[in-house]
Amino acid sequence: MYGTGILKGLSVTIKHFIDTYVEDIKYLGRRVLKTGESFQERQGVASRGLYTVQYPEEKIAVPERFRFVPFLVVEDPDHPERPGDDWCTSCGICSKVCPPQCIWIVRGEDPVTKRPIPQPEAFFIDIDICMNCGFCAEFCPFDAIKMDHDYELASYDRTGNHIYDKAKLSKPFSYWYGIAPTTATEEAADRGGWEHSDVIKDMKKKGQPATPVSIPYPEVRAEWATAAASGAPAAAAVVEAAPAEDESEKAARLERRLEALARKRARDARLGIQ
Amino acid sequence: MSELDLRELHNTEFPVPADMQNNVAITSLSRIYNWSRRSSIWPMLFGLACCAIEMIATAASRYDTARFGMEVMRASPRQSDLMIVSGTVTKKMVVPIVRLYNQMPEPKYVLAMGACASGGGPFKEGYNVVSGIDQYVPVDVYVPGCPPTPQALIYGLIALQRKIDGQSLANMDDVPWYGVGPSDPVPIPILGPDIIDPRQMELIRQQAERAAGAAGKGTRDLPAAVMDIGKPRTVPTVESVTAEVKQEAGVPAVEAPKAEPAAEVDPEKAARIAKREAALARKRAAQEKGEN
Amino acid sequence: MVDQAILPAALDSGDVQTAINHLKEMYPGKVQDDTRQGYSGVIIDRSVLVEAATAIRDKLGFNYLSSVTGVDYLGFGDHLEVVYHAYRITGGPALVFKAQTPRDNAEVPSLIEVYPGADLQEREAYDLMGIRFHGHPNLKRILLWEGFNGHPLRKDWKEAYYEQEHKPFDSRWPAGYARRAEELTVFGKNVQYPADLDLSRLSDTTESQLYSGMGLGVDVQDEVTSEGIKTDRLVVNLGPHHPSTHGVFRMVVELNGETVENLEPVMGYLHRNHEQIGERNAWNHNMPFTDRLDYISGMSNNLGYALAVEQLLAHGARYTPPTYRAEVIRVLMVELTRIVNHMWAIGFLLNDLGAFFTPALYAISERERILDFFEATAGSRMMPNYMRFQGVARDIPERIRSTANQLNDRVRDFNTMDYLTELINERIPGAIDELDRYLSDNEIIKARTIGVGYLPKDMAIAYSAAGPVLRASGVPYDVRRAEPYSIYPELDFDVAVRYNGDIYDRYLIRLDEMRESVRILKQVLPRLEATKGESVFAGNKAIYMPRVPLGEAYGRVENPKGELGFYVISQGDPKGPQNPWRYHVRAPSFINLTALGQMSKGHKVADIVAILGSIDIVLGETDR
Repeated sequence: MYGTGILKGLSVTIKHFIDTYVEDIKYLGRRVLKTGESFQERQGVASRGLYTVQYPEEKIAVPERFRFVPFLVVEDPDHPERPGDDWCTSCGICSKVCPPQCIWIVRGEDPVTKRPIPQPEAFFIDIDICMNCGFCAEFCPFDAIKMDHDYELASYDRTGNHIYDKAKLSKPFSYWYGIAPTTATEEAADRGGWEHSDVIKDMKKKGQPATPVSIPYPEVRAEWATAAASGAPAAAAVVEAAPAEDESEKAARLERRLEALARKRARDARLGIQ
Repeated sequence: MSELDLRELHNTEFPVPADMQNNVAITSLSRIYNWSRRSSIWPMLFGLACCAIEMIATAASRYDTARFGMEVMRASPRQSDLMIVSGTVTKKMVVPIVRLYNQMPEPKYVLAMGACASGGGPFKEGYNVVSGIDQYVPVDVYVPGCPPTPQALIYGLIALQRKIDGQSLANMDDVPWYGVGPSDPVPIPILGPDIIDPRQMELIRQQAERAAGAAGKGTRDLPAAVMDIGKPRTVPTVESVTAEVKQEAGVPAVEAPKAEPAAEVDPEKAARIAKREAALARKRAAQEKGEN
Repeated sequence: MVDQAILPAALDSGDVQTAINHLKEMYPGKVQDDTRQGYSGVIIDRSVLVEAATAIRDKLGFNYLSSVTGVDYLGFGDHLEVVYHAYRITGGPALVFKAQTPRDNAEVPSLIEVYPGADLQEREAYDLMGIRFHGHPNLKRILLWEGFNGHPLRKDWKEAYYEQEHKPFDSRWPAGYARRAEELTVFGKNVQYPADLDLSRLSDTTESQLYSGMGLGVDVQDEVTSEGIKTDRLVVNLGPHHPSTHGVFRMVVELNGETVENLEPVMGYLHRNHEQIGERNAWNHNMPFTDRLDYISGMSNNLGYALAVEQLLAHGARYTPPTYRAEVIRVLMVELTRIVNHMWAIGFLLNDLGAFFTPALYAISERERILDFFEATAGSRMMPNYMRFQGVARDIPERIRSTANQLNDRVRDFNTMDYLTELINERIPGAIDELDRYLSDNEIIKARTIGVGYLPKDMAIAYSAAGPVLRASGVPYDVRRAEPYSIYPELDFDVAVRYNGDIYDRYLIRLDEMRESVRILKQVLPRLEATKGESVFAGNKAIYMPRVPLGEAYGRVENPKGELGFYVISQGDPKGPQNPWRYHVRAPSFINLTALGQMSKGHKVADIVAILGSIDIVLGETDR
C-alpha cells in the first residue's frame, strides 16, 4: 500500500524520539546529580538515545592521545636541581619533520665560548600553519615536544597571538603527566627513568641510578618538592638512601603508594569509572 | 525629534519609584539589544573544506548549536549574521566569499575556523591559497586548530557572543553599523594572472613598473630587516610597503641579512644561566659533602 | 620477443608482459620498454598513441583507464611525459603506458575518444603541466582559472611563497627566525605578477569564458515544441557555495524549461595545491596531507599513500613488510572509515533529496561513536595521520580513556576491545538496519531516485567511474579483490554489486557495502585479539626521513568513494634531499564527476542535486 514505507520510516524517528526519554528515565537520579556517572553511559557506545554534550557546562574530556597544538616540556618549576630547564636540546628534528614547516628553532649558544649548547635560544610555532599532525612529538628523541590538549584557544586577533614563542609553549613535565599519564609513563620506561634522557646518561656516568618508573610520578614529584623545600638536592638524597634503604623506609614507601592508590580509587569511584 | 542621542538610552541609573521597585527592571538598551542579537546568530550555510565537516558535526545532535540560537543555518547571505569561514580559502574561492560578505546585512560577523582560514594553515605555501581570510574581509574571531574539534568551535562561538556583549550602541566608532548610513563594501578581488586585490592596485602598478625597469626582478624584493629574532612583528600594510618601495626604488634587490645573535645578553637568558650555576654549585656542594 | 602467434581471443586475458609483447609486435619501433631504474611499462611514440590505446582497449582488454597524469622530467631528459594506467575490468595488474613530448610546445594526442574517462584528467594535466591534448574538445583550465600565469606543476615554476626546492627548509634550524610568509612578499599576500603586467588591459574573463558557448546572450534560441509551447534556453548556475554541492563545487547547467540539456562542472574552488606541496615535502611529510584529501575518510587515504611508498621501498634492501598486526589494524581502520563515509554519504544524499537533516543527524550520531575510537587511537577525529610506511603509528590503546584537564571535563573510560566488540557486533549493524528500515521503502525516495541518474554498465567503465558508482552499474570491480592488498585475500567478503545504475541503487549499494564491512570487521576482531601485544611496526621507527629507492609506483586502494591511487616517483640523488619527484593523486571523487554530465542529461534541474549526492564527492579530493 502506498505510504507504508513512509510510515515505517516514521516509526524509526518515533523510536529515536522515545529512546532518548526511556534512557533519560534510566539515568534520572544520576542525571539530576550532574555527576559524570551517567555521562560515561550516555556518551558511550551502548546508548541508544541522542544526547547532547552541554558544552561549556560539561565537556567531553579528550583522550590521552588527542592532538592539538604542540607544547614544549620543561622541568617542573619546583624541581630541586633543574627548575624550569628545557627538555629540548634544539636538535632540530621536530622542525625538519614538520610537514608544513611551522617550527622555527634558534639553537642556543654559550655566551662566553660561542659554542652551541643543547638548549634552544628561541622556539616559535606558528599555530596558523600547524596541522596538528603530531610528527614533532612522535619523532622527538628527547620526549621534549608534546601535543597539547587545550583546544580552547579562540582569539580576537591573530597577528600577535598566533605565533607561540618559547615562554608560551613551555609547560612543566607534571602538566604532561597530568594530561597523558599512560603515555608519559611508557616514555619514561623507554628512557629508563623519570628524568630527561641526557640527565639519565649523566647520572649513569656518575654511577647514580635514575628515578625508576615503578614509582608513580606524583610521588617522585612530592619527594622532589620536599627535597627542594629542605634545600638538599633530591637526587643525591635518593642516591644516598638507595643503597642503605632499610625495611622501615620500604614499608613507608609502600604505605604511601597504597594511600595514593586508595585516593585514586576513591576518586574513580566518585567519577564512576571502574 | 531630529537627532536621537543614543547615549541617553544607555543609562541604567534611572531612579525607580519605591512602589514600582519590584515590578520594573531597568536595563540598558545596549545590553538587551546585544543579548537578543547574540542569542540568535544565524550562521551562513556554506562550508569550504575539512573544517566544514566539523562545523556540521557541531550543529548535529551531539554538540548542537541550537543551544546558542545558532541552529538556523541560512543558505542565503541576506538572512545570515555570521559567516563561518570553515576551511582553506583559495584564490578562486575568495572572490565569491567577498561577494557573499558584501551581501550580508549588517551587523555581520566573520569567524575564521581553523588554521587555514586564519592564516593559510598547512596549505599556506600553495600558489592558490589565500593566507588568511582576514586579508580580504575583517575577522572577528579566530579559532585555531586543524581542524578545531566541535568543542573548540563552540568555544569560538561563545567568544563571539562575548564580543557582541561588549559592543555598545553608544560608541559608534567601535561598531560601524550602529552609525548612520551604510558602510562601504569590501572591493571584490579580480582573477588576473594572479589574484588582484583592488586595494593594492597602486602598489601592483608600481611593482610592475619597477619590474619592467630592473630586469624583471622587482616583484620579489623583500622589505629589509624582516629577519631579526624575537621582536613582535606586524604584517606590512600597503602604506608601509609602498613607502619602502618608494624609498628603495631603483635600488637592486638586496638579500635580507641572516639573523645575527643579539649582542646583549637578554635578561631571561641571564637568569637562566644564573639558575644553572646555582644548581651546579648546589650539586658540587652536595658531592663534596658526600665525599667527606 | 614473441615467437608464437597469439590468438586474439586470448589477448584480453593473460599477463601484462604478453600484452606488452604483442603491442610491440603491432607497432614495431614505436613501442619501447621503459628501462629506467625502477620503472615499468612501455613508452609509446605519440604519433601512434591513439591507435595503440585503441588496441590496448579492444585487443588487449585493458578497458578501464584508471589514471592519466603528466610528469615533468626537467633535468632528467628534459621532456614531459604523460603516464596512463590501464586495467582490465576483470581484475589484475596495470598496463602502464607513457607518451613523451618536448617541454616547449608540449602536445600529446587526446585519448578522450578511446577512454572518455580521460576527459577531466587531461584537462588537469593541461592546467597544471601545460601539456596540450590535441583533439580534446574542451581543453580549458579546470582547477585554476583562465588567465592564470603559468603551469604550476612544471618544475621551473615557483610559487609566491617559494622558499626552497625541498623541505626541510634551512631557515627553520639552527638559526631560525620566526616570520610570516606574508612578510617576505612585497604585497603582503600570496601573490606574484608577471613582469609585463599591464593593469590597464586587465579584465576578469573567468566568468565570460565559462559561460561562452553555453547558449547565453544573443545565442539564446527560442524553441517551439510540438505542442506549440515556447521555451527559452536558460543557463543556471549552482554553486560554488550552494548548500547541496557538498562543499564548493559548482555546476553550470543549460536548461530547456526544467530539463537539463548540458552540464558543465566547474571546480578548483578548493584547489589547495596538494600535489605541488607534496613534491616539496619529504616522503613522510605527505602522510598528514593525505588526511586532508578525502577528509571524511582520512584513514583510507593514509593507507593508499603508505602502500604506494611501500612499493618503492620494497625495491630497497632494508625493507621489511608491515607486521601482521599492523595489517589487521589497517583493515580495521579502513573498514570503519568506510562505514563512517557511507553513513555520511547516505545522510547527505537524503539531505539533497529534501529529507532535511534527520537522516544526516542519525548518521552523524553513529559516526561520532566511531570517531571516538579514532580519536583515542590516532589522536584526532578526522585527521588521523595514523599509517606509516611499514606499519601504523601506534598500537590501539588498552583503554579508550580520557583525562580531565579542562574545567567541567567529563571523563569516560572504556575497554577498547569491549568498545569495538559492542560497536561492530551491535551498534553498527543495528544502525545500518535502521537506516534501511527508515529509508529504503520510503515511497518519496523511490519516486525521486529510481530511474534517475542512470549510468549504463559500459559507460561506467568508459568514464573510469569507480567505487559505488561503478558497482551500482553492474560492474563487480573492487580493488580489494581485483588487485588485493593487505590481508584482504584471507578475509571472506563479497563485492557488493547492483545492476540498475540509478540513484536508488547507488544508495542501496552503500548499505550493502556497509554490511560487507561489518562482515570484514567481525573477522578482524578475533585477529586483533590473537595478535595482541605484537609489534605494529616493522623496522626502525625512529627514521624520520626515510630514503626511498629510485623508481615509480602506483599504489591504489578501494576507498569508500572509489579507487584512490597514488602515483609517486622517486628520482634524483639518493644521498640528496629525499622527496617525491612526482606525487599524483588519482582522486575518485574527481574522476567520478566525468560522468556527471552524462548522468544528468534529460533530467529535471532538481534531480541534479540528487545525482551529485549519489556520486558522493568530497571537494578536498576533487580539487586537491
